[in-house]
Amino acid sequence: MVPSVSNSSENLHPPPRRVALFVTCLVDLFRPAVGFAAIKLLEEAGCTVEVPPLQVCCGQPAYNTGDRATTRAIAMQVMDAFEGYDAVVAPSGSCGGMLSHHYPGLFDDDPALKARAENLAGRSYELISFLVDVLGVKKVAAHYDGAVTYHDSCSGLRELGVKEQPRQLLGSVQGLELREMKTPEVCCGFGGTFCVKYPEISNAMVGEKSADITASGAGTLLAGDLGCLMNMAGKLQREGSAVRVRHVAEVLAGMGDLPAIGEPETGAR
Amino acid sequence: MQSTAHAFKDNVGTALADPNLQDSLAKLKVGFSERRRQAAERLPEFEALRDRARDIKNHTLANLDFYLEEFERKVLALGGHVHWAPTAADARRIIADLCRSVGAKTVAKSKSMVAEEIALNEHLEALGIAPIETDLGEYIIQLRHEPPSHIIAPAVHLTKDQVADTFLEHHRKLGFDKRLTERNDLVAEARYVLRQKFLDADVGLTGANFLVAETGSSMLVTNEGNADLSNTLPKMHIVLASIEKVIPTLEDAAVLLRVLARSATGQESSAYTTLNTGPKRPGDLDGPEQYHVVLLDNGRSGVLGTEMQDILRCIRCGACMNHCPVYGAVGGHAYGWVYPGPMGAVLTPQLVGVEEASNLPNASTFCGRCESVCPVRIPLPKLMRHWREREFERHLTPKAVRQGLALWSFVARRPGLYRGLTTIANRVLSLFGRVEGRYHSLPLAGGWTRFRDFPAPPPGGTFHAQWKAGRKRP
Repeated sequence: MVPSVSNSSENLHPPPRRVALFVTCLVDLFRPAVGFAAIKLLEEAGCTVEVPPLQVCCGQPAYNTGDRATTRAIAMQVMDAFEGYDAVVAPSGSCGGMLSHHYPGLFDDDPALKARAENLAGRSYELISFLVDVLGVKKVAAHYDGAVTYHDSCSGLRELGVKEQPRQLLGSVQGLELREMKTPEVCCGFGGTFCVKYPEISNAMVGEKSADITASGAGTLLAGDLGCLMNMAGKLQREGSAVRVRHVAEVLAGMGDLPAIGEPETGAR
Repeated sequence: MQSTAHAFKDNVGTALADPNLQDSLAKLKVGFSERRRQAAERLPEFEALRDRARDIKNHTLANLDFYLEEFERKVLALGGHVHWAPTAADARRIIADLCRSVGAKTVAKSKSMVAEEIALNEHLEALGIAPIETDLGEYIIQLRHEPPSHIIAPAVHLTKDQVADTFLEHHRKLGFDKRLTERNDLVAEARYVLRQKFLDADVGLTGANFLVAETGSSMLVTNEGNADLSNTLPKMHIVLASIEKVIPTLEDAAVLLRVLARSATGQESSAYTTLNTGPKRPGDLDGPEQYHVVLLDNGRSGVLGTEMQDILRCIRCGACMNHCPVYGAVGGHAYGWVYPGPMGAVLTPQLVGVEEASNLPNASTFCGRCESVCPVRIPLPKLMRHWREREFERHLTPKAVRQGLALWSFVARRPGLYRGLTTIANRVLSLFGRVEGRYHSLPLAGGWTRFRDFPAPPPGGTFHAQWKAGRKRP
């Protein structure tokens, strides 16, 4: 079960080994399996993983509502909690992007804090791109039966360039066939608080997404962000679809046998 | 044009329930983005051109006063006139006075969003001057008394059948009593009807895509050639343009044109690119006797030097709305004013006030597709977020949202309390959702569960609780 890692002599710097997991609030509360899958993948790639206990949220709900003061306070809390690790890794492009692309801009008026934010930004990553681009993981030893389709979550795709990395690793999963939907890069309509502030628009967007997913013929939908996954799973299930929805890390870590998002535990019925 | 941006949520309901609109939007979403993608792929230097386009506009905005005065000097030297209009009312008055000075009865107009912005048609009609839209899309919506729903394709919300009905209704009195079904026949009928109107017009009024300071030219791109008739046939040509349309040189115009058409329609270049440089000169075979440029500010100079300045780079290609999933769901009318989509969500609060348009910058998932296709790389999500910050500072954010956020923030800043509350929430949600695995309705989550099931967390506790208990697998 050891993923192949590129020869470290190719890299000028040794890969970061002491990694902090940024669990994200959605994974913590709704899908702990994603956190365990992330840790398994990181450990198999040779990292020592710690979960800083004082972490809560990255601050996006405040940031995207325009509340800069609260966002700054939460960002400082995150900077404290993740001080000193080689890398901070989140199983989410949205939260990873918040740390790596948005924190420094919060402190333009304070050079000392800005430097700290830039330091954190420089060692913050989204999980799958960290595995592939930084650790050089080329394949995983997992098995998953059936056809899957992959949705490119917006922040991961457009802020962090996560596109080929998950597809590359999924290509190494035995028994798995990737069937692309027509527009995997179009937003699913989640958008954090957007989905409850503008539910009709969000519903129109996720309705279109579910039609695209269904048309792909895949029995499983994967993506790298739990918010998008819960939105799409909720719509598919409301429509009575049989498509199963999972975080990509679960499948890559060989945890594809767990009940899918929104499915009961076996035997619960 | 009267704004209905404050009624955004009602407008959205209407738009989502309109089957004709939804039909039209389904075509728009695929067509425009696919053509733009292909056009960008065919031009290896496209990304580098986007950088240059951004730099040209940034340089101009940093020296806007200089280039505007340079442009004015050149126009005057050519025998034209320049009128400075600080507000929409000033622009309306200037244009009305010009029309009356030549006793104009009709004004042939080519598509101008700035004219929509200052509600020029309504003003001219009130003065007994008939404005005639000569762009096909604008002509259609003028017949239907509708505002444009897209900045480059103003009638994109209509289906072919709706256009056929509109033409039959309005052209019957001109002797066209057959309902047409073919696209080309509809275009031919409109062309025939419009041709006489060009010949009758006393004044031609056009917008401008660019004003070239180096030569004093106004530059206009169309696919119908209507602008060329609007500005050559009548005896007076009025160019109405906002101040940020000025660029330094023709060289710069060439760069911007190369990204404009590709971003807008996926064309290498528009069918017609017209330069107007002053009035008819002695010896010219045609052209207007009088050439006037009305430069509109209408709040733009107030954006200079602020965090919103980047929006003034906009060259009105429409790519942001063509790629926006929110625009794609609700169309342009829902935004309630002239400029829809992401660029409208940034510009409209500036021009009509953030109180009126407070919904627009909020109705975005920040998916970033607009920024990824913008030919001048405007960071549209960032600018929408700036509006949200201003709304929050001015207490315009809805009370329920503010209170929810304050509560969440109180908890999120206390990790111990947060851990305790999430443990309880996780336990309750997983317990009551255990049999189904999900919820069909949930108190306080009606916005979600009206349309979607809500996944229940699996039993076993939060991640942090399980990790603390030493588990390595859920």
